[in-house]
Amino acid sequence: MKRRGVLAGMAALFAGGCSKVAATGPGASLLEAVEGWNRSIHNLLGRRTALAREFSPEDISPEFRGNGTTDPADAAYRHHVDTGFQFWKLTVTGLVENPLSLSLADIRAMPQRTQITRHDCVEGWSAIGQWTGTPLAHLLKQARLKPEARFIVFHCADKLAGSAYYESIDLIDAFHPQTIVAHTLNGVPLPVKNGAPLRMRIERQLGYKHAKYVQKIEAVSSLANIGKGKGGYWEDQARYQWYAGI
Amino acid sequence: MKRHALTTRIWHWVNLACLVVLFMSGLNISNAHPRLYWGHWGFAPDQAWLFLPHFPGWMTIPGHYSLAGARLWHFLAAWPFVIGLLLFLVVATANGHFRRDLATRAGEWRWAAIKADVLAHLRLQFDHQGAKFNFLQKIAYGMVIFVLLPVMILTGLAMSPAMDANWPWIVDLFGGRQSARSIHFLAAWGLFGFLVLHVVLVLLSGPLRQLRDMITGGRL
Repeated sequence: MKRRGVLAGMAALFAGGCSKVAATGPGASLLEAVEGWNRSIHNLLGRRTALAREFSPEDISPEFRGNGTTDPADAAYRHHVDTGFQFWKLTVTGLVENPLSLSLADIRAMPQRTQITRHDCVEGWSAIGQWTGTPLAHLLKQARLKPEARFIVFHCADKLAGSAYYESIDLIDAFHPQTIVAHTLNGVPLPVKNGAPLRMRIERQLGYKHAKYVQKIEAVSSLANIGKGKGGYWEDQARYQWYAGI
Repeated sequence: MKRHALTTRIWHWVNLACLVVLFMSGLNISNAHPRLYWGHWGFAPDQAWLFLPHFPGWMTIPGHYSLAGARLWHFLAAWPFVIGLLLFLVVATANGHFRRDLATRAGEWRWAAIKADVLAHLRLQFDHQGAKFNFLQKIAYGMVIFVLLPVMILTGLAMSPAMDANWPWIVDLFGGRQSARSIHFLAAWGLFGFLVLHVVLVLLSGPLRQLRDMITGGRL
């Protein structure tokens, strides 16, 4: 018992020291800098344009877990659920020459891509599903990005703890062939828990980047004026890394 | 000649610091989803092969539950851990440390020799004629340096979706991301087991001299 106490004491002291380091300016910036190192090494080791593995139909998991918001309470969203999303609009705005406003029928009439990929949650679990949707690159080409556009922001219909969910990616990910605005999961329209009627697939990054309930896609030059400026809901709320390739 | 080369001593202590941060922040990460699976996918209790306990705050970094904070610490320590191990592998190959001190001789693998070594350990006799390390030490250090530590790095990389897209052979090596996650967890506890054994044996074999030599280098 005594030895366990000593071990616990040492661990607690060490953890305490770590919190002290994290609380200092340089300590905090060092921790933040690591995200940049991770992104750089991924750029250096492999191409950020490499394709995520696509699996076979028999690899699909029996269910696709829903996480985060699984049933948005917002009245406007409930109305869309009741009307089968026939009045849902996806707008593409911001730094574009040709803003778009698209119905689900418009999106389904565009070029489609189907991919069976593994979804990795930051918490540690994984699920495999088959997604069908329109490549984001196609939407952005139609909307014609202005040269100053550097990031693509996804605005969602759900709120978590009172704040609107949103996410953002850079243009490498935005034009990646597997980055799609998905409307179909395993052959059926997206269930509400998985982001009906439209969700992003940002393969090669963790689950919180895959914004659900997407209503507006906005091209911006900087993330500073969106939300609290860190580029996403979880990035703003809890210091999650904006680059979630690891 | 020094008992421990300067590069060995620097690596030893840097590696210890990294492993402590990695282990404690890793337990915090484990608390986010305390179940393990085999294969490519897994998320529900009925798919799990192991349910993990909740690791209390005194065992984790940070000392309260924070997946985002724990991930930052984990990645921060992973960088010097990986670079340190790679440099140590190069230097200890170049300066002959591995060949001279860690490579086992054919005679050491004879059953009688192994039995004698185990019995000597049980009698707490750690003298080994001539060679720096006895057989069991060579096996233990060899397992840690050439198996457990590299497995930690590879299974860690295999959990990164971006790495899996770029270097899919890593995740294939372990049979899927959830298998890699399970092995990452098991190997981490394997290293913890080594740490406990290592410290106990240091305590039993002249701890002050051992500690001093690992700092100053000592004399052969």
